[in-house]
Amino acid sequence: MVKAIDIPFGPQHPALEEPINFTFEVEEERVVDVKIRLGYIHRGIEKLAENRTYHQNVYLVERICGICSFAHTTCYTQAVEELLGVDIPERAKYIRTIFCEMERIQNHYLWLGFTAKAMGFETLFMYTWRDREAMLEVLEMISGKRVNYGMNTIGGVRRDITGKMVERMEERLNYLEERANYYKKVCTKERSILKRTVGVGMLEPSDALNLCAVGPTLRASGIPQDVRADEPYAAYGEIPFRVVTYDGCDVASRILVRIDEIIESVKMIRRALDGMPQGPIRVKVPKNVPKGEAVSLVEAPRGEDLHYLRSDGSDRPARLKVRAPTLANLPSLRKMLKGVNIADIPIVIAGIDPCLACMERVILVDTKSKKGQAWSGEELWRYANEWYRES
Amino acid sequence: MVILMAMEDELLESLKKKPVTLRFPYERARPEDRMQAKVTWEIEKCIGCNLCVKVCPSNAIKLIGRGRKAEIRYHVGRCLFCGECVDVCPTKAIQTTKEFELAFTKPEEMILEFRR
Repeated sequence: MVKAIDIPFGPQHPALEEPINFTFEVEEERVVDVKIRLGYIHRGIEKLAENRTYHQNVYLVERICGICSFAHTTCYTQAVEELLGVDIPERAKYIRTIFCEMERIQNHYLWLGFTAKAMGFETLFMYTWRDREAMLEVLEMISGKRVNYGMNTIGGVRRDITGKMVERMEERLNYLEERANYYKKVCTKERSILKRTVGVGMLEPSDALNLCAVGPTLRASGIPQDVRADEPYAAYGEIPFRVVTYDGCDVASRILVRIDEIIESVKMIRRALDGMPQGPIRVKVPKNVPKGEAVSLVEAPRGEDLHYLRSDGSDRPARLKVRAPTLANLPSLRKMLKGVNIADIPIVIAGIDPCLACMERVILVDTKSKKGQAWSGEELWRYANEWYRES
Repeated sequence: MVILMAMEDELLESLKKKPVTLRFPYERARPEDRMQAKVTWEIEKCIGCNLCVKVCPSNAIKLIGRGRKAEIRYHVGRCLFCGECVDVCPTKAIQTTKEFELAFTKPEEMILEFRR
């Protein structure tokens, strides 16, 4: 009988891009249990949002995440528009859809490189990041920026897509589609990738549903769930597309789901550019937002993103709550990590596309000692039990 | 079929190519037409309406004085380069430039003042 030992992993670790702490309980090479501890990059964005106007908050929400910034602003502006009762112009809806898809393409290329790096395949990492540049150039051409685009505003979008830009976009899209097909070939044939990913980090479909996994992580377990198809927002109701699923339940399927989503996104952008109506791109909106609550859902590149907004009738929100996709994927990450080898840990963590800065916004302050403290799940659990026993 | 090196052809091709990166201080990419960087004021056109101050998401603009005598204090370090102030200005007194290399040696240099 081998005694289990605990291995701390993070918050600072070369395999992690952002600080998070895992404690792995291992028996020889196998992980038997994982404890995840969060709270290293809490930024207080939700509280800050209450002190700024709805319009200023668009730029704050954009900075929740550097990679899926457009998904967050789309989600936020949709919630505000719902409260205002404003219908945005058709052309603005199409431009939002095109941007959402372009962001998905650049995110998936970035993720592919990140995963390749996690499995030690540096060449693939260099090549995918070079190709990602083609998408970033298009984004920069339309919006003027590479990451935080500043495109969305309450009541529409700020910049239009002109005919000249469409030509350049189509040329880049052809290139990206060709490259995605090439990477698909590489990822299904290359021996080192197959050895590292097939059968690693298994997540059964029933577990994925029970643990509320979202996005490509869920779709790699064979469940066709996608906000774009289930609850269409922007112009997704008018653009036909296929929800990509694979039923391998492992890291290899997560790679293939994302590569196929790139190809699908390229097709969607082409359809959207063909069907894009002429007209205005934004409407004027009042400063004060009527009393009420709104929930908005968006399929961010990493999965389902949720914004809850409550208004008290002033020009500042009374409450903004953000549930980023990585938080929804963490319970299933714990499930995936059980039973893997220590060497497979980085690739399994990379497999859910973690974005911790998006996710961290829970901090508990003890009012008696006035001490701010990030709680671990266990402490919170114990506190909750004690509190119920006393009351 | 499982093969040892799937990227072989690609890698051999790349041997003939030059690096794709630019040697930055000597070579520069042409900035995009819609690029927004540092903002400047044509202070003669400014009517001191305070709209740019209200719309700025990062409180980078301050108005000193009132009306047509107002002066502008602009914190470059806080600016997000979103261009909201440019869009909102009723007299088109604010313009964006393409000046993006904004490194300073002293914190005071990051505050620009536009006087009449």
